[in-house]
Amino acid sequence: MSMDVPTLEVSVLGIGLLGPGLADWATGAPVLAGAQPWQQGPTAIPPPARLPPTERRRAGAVVKLAFAVAEQAVTQAGADASSLATVFASSGADTANCHALCEALAQPERIVSPTRFTNSVHNAAAGYWHIAAASRAASTSLAAFDGSFSAGLLEAAAQVVSTGQPVLLVAADLPYPQPLQAARPLPDAFGVALVLAPAGAAGPLARLGIGIRPRAAAPMTAGASDGFEALRRDIPAARGLPLLEALASGAAPCALTLDYLDGLDLAVAVAPAGAAR
Amino acid sequence: MKPTPALAISAFTASSALGTGQAATLDALREGRGGLRHTGFDLIETPMWLGEAPGVDEERLPPALAGWDCRNNRLAWQGLQADGFAARVDAARQRHGAHRVAVLLGTSTSAILQTEIAYRQRDAATGALPPGFRYPQTHSTGSVAAFVREALGLQGPAAVVSTACSSGAKVFAQAARWIALGLVDAAVVGGVDSLCLTTLCGFNALELLSPEICRPWDAGRQGLSIGEAAAFALLEREGDAPAWLLGCGESSDGHHMSTPHPEGAGAVAAMRQALAAAGLAAADVDYLNLHGTGTPSNDAVEDLAVTAVFGDALPCSSTKGATGHTLGAAGALEAVISVLALQHGLLPGGLNRRSPDAALRCRYLDAPRAAAPRRVASNSFGFGGSNACLVFGRSPA
Repeated sequence: MSMDVPTLEVSVLGIGLLGPGLADWATGAPVLAGAQPWQQGPTAIPPPARLPPTERRRAGAVVKLAFAVAEQAVTQAGADASSLATVFASSGADTANCHALCEALAQPERIVSPTRFTNSVHNAAAGYWHIAAASRAASTSLAAFDGSFSAGLLEAAAQVVSTGQPVLLVAADLPYPQPLQAARPLPDAFGVALVLAPAGAAGPLARLGIGIRPRAAAPMTAGASDGFEALRRDIPAARGLPLLEALASGAAPCALTLDYLDGLDLAVAVAPAGAAR
Repeated sequence: MKPTPALAISAFTASSALGTGQAATLDALREGRGGLRHTGFDLIETPMWLGEAPGVDEERLPPALAGWDCRNNRLAWQGLQADGFAARVDAARQRHGAHRVAVLLGTSTSAILQTEIAYRQRDAATGALPPGFRYPQTHSTGSVAAFVREALGLQGPAAVVSTACSSGAKVFAQAARWIALGLVDAAVVGGVDSLCLTTLCGFNALELLSPEICRPWDAGRQGLSIGEAAAFALLEREGDAPAWLLGCGESSDGHHMSTPHPEGAGAVAAMRQALAAAGLAAADVDYLNLHGTGTPSNDAVEDLAVTAVFGDALPCSSTKGATGHTLGAAGALEAVISVLALQHGLLPGGLNRRSPDAALRCRYLDAPRAAAPRRVASNSFGFGGSNACLVFGRSPA
């Protein structure tokens, strides 16, 4: 039995963020670092500029949310979207679309819109992204309930180390309309994107060491404030908030414990660019 | 691309319209017998051609897992019990440790049927779902992987891969990465997708359902027939295995959400990648299990892509005429069919074809054939332009 758990060493080249009172990474980072106050307000999702108009009309909110954070990360990284492999992580994907389908199927006529059905696939955001980016690179779409962010981060890092190529990770979750919202309450929409690259990549924002670890006595890394901790707890994509806070603070190396599954955590060591690990 | 290490498929099973377990599946493939029936499902009374797995409704989860009860998890449970699969995983758990075994499963809809039923039972006054509705255990797209992880007593990393109809193949690629990196020593991979109104009515709305039984590669093919399946494989670095995973390829079309790239460029890329990862040339492959859904455009594009990579002499067939299109489980079910083909010296036939399409050039097998394939490939393509190809072999090299 081998218990040598490897650490996946990757660089962070770009970051995207969108959430309540967090319009993007550029303005959100000082808020996450505690340097500026958090002005709470509902998540405002911008239109997906990269998407052609015909597709833009069809795309649901989760696509727009994913595009918003993906664009920020890809731009900051200076990455070529047309050759970038992607990992999309979401607990529920297009929640409003799912509600509309279930509502239609509960009617005697059961009339389903073809566009709604196409948008219901969990990989809709990935599909639209690769169309918009004209990218034939590999893409996967994952779901692991509240562990979706960690599942995505682990697989994205695994791909970077396996292929030696950069990977775009996008985590995005949205609230449901009622009645599903009562069964799966999410307070608002939240999205995170990271462009990860091999450890030796030039000009990284930070370096990460990512591994899985049987759940120990060490508690989960909480959000830096009560408000951020509530987001972290209540929105699957926001389970990555402690990592974003560490990236925003950027001063000293730190070790985080991110929520993944029952009995299993993601251990993430964060080293600011230039710091020795 | 460098060749990747081969992985032993040290246990495997499937439950589909062909029956429960390897023997039932193999018998049907050998006899060229299909499992599609002209029947209704749930509230749909108008009969259509469906590949329903037998006995799913009669399955009962053990009391400790009762909170997970729904048709999708019953199908998963049925699959886990077949061929002693759960017992083989238990032995692997003891060999490697519960934290060292991953669970990666493909599905397109998980247990959405449970939510569809709950929406018919909403409180007339408040609109609320019925009190027994359990989102995390049923509706949640990740639920089937969480259920299987708990049912098998595993503590390793887990996720659902949900890339529509390539899901059940892509889990093999992800597991291969995780094992090669040493994140885990073994992985339970597979796919579970069960019948539901979302997919039946959704594909109908897209006019992709065949009014008659689906006829892949037929000149008069009119679309797909939907099926359901649970298919599982246990992947390890070494072992006494009937077949090995030699290579995986993954790509995107980047073209359209629900129609394939006209020249199958993404599909070609996935097949070439899988061959490169396996360290093989196209001529080293002895049989290809086509994605072969039976829609006019899908089969035409796949034919172009397959002949571009393999030429027109490679024996090919789609087994979806026998099983139906099992969507997120299809890649895993067809992986199991590929392993059976290697183990038992069989090239499966494609059923229901009456008149060959003169425009298609693949060497399509209409009937099963005894042979001794050393390597077989399997294609899986999905909405969103998601492509995967797997290559399996009788031996690791």
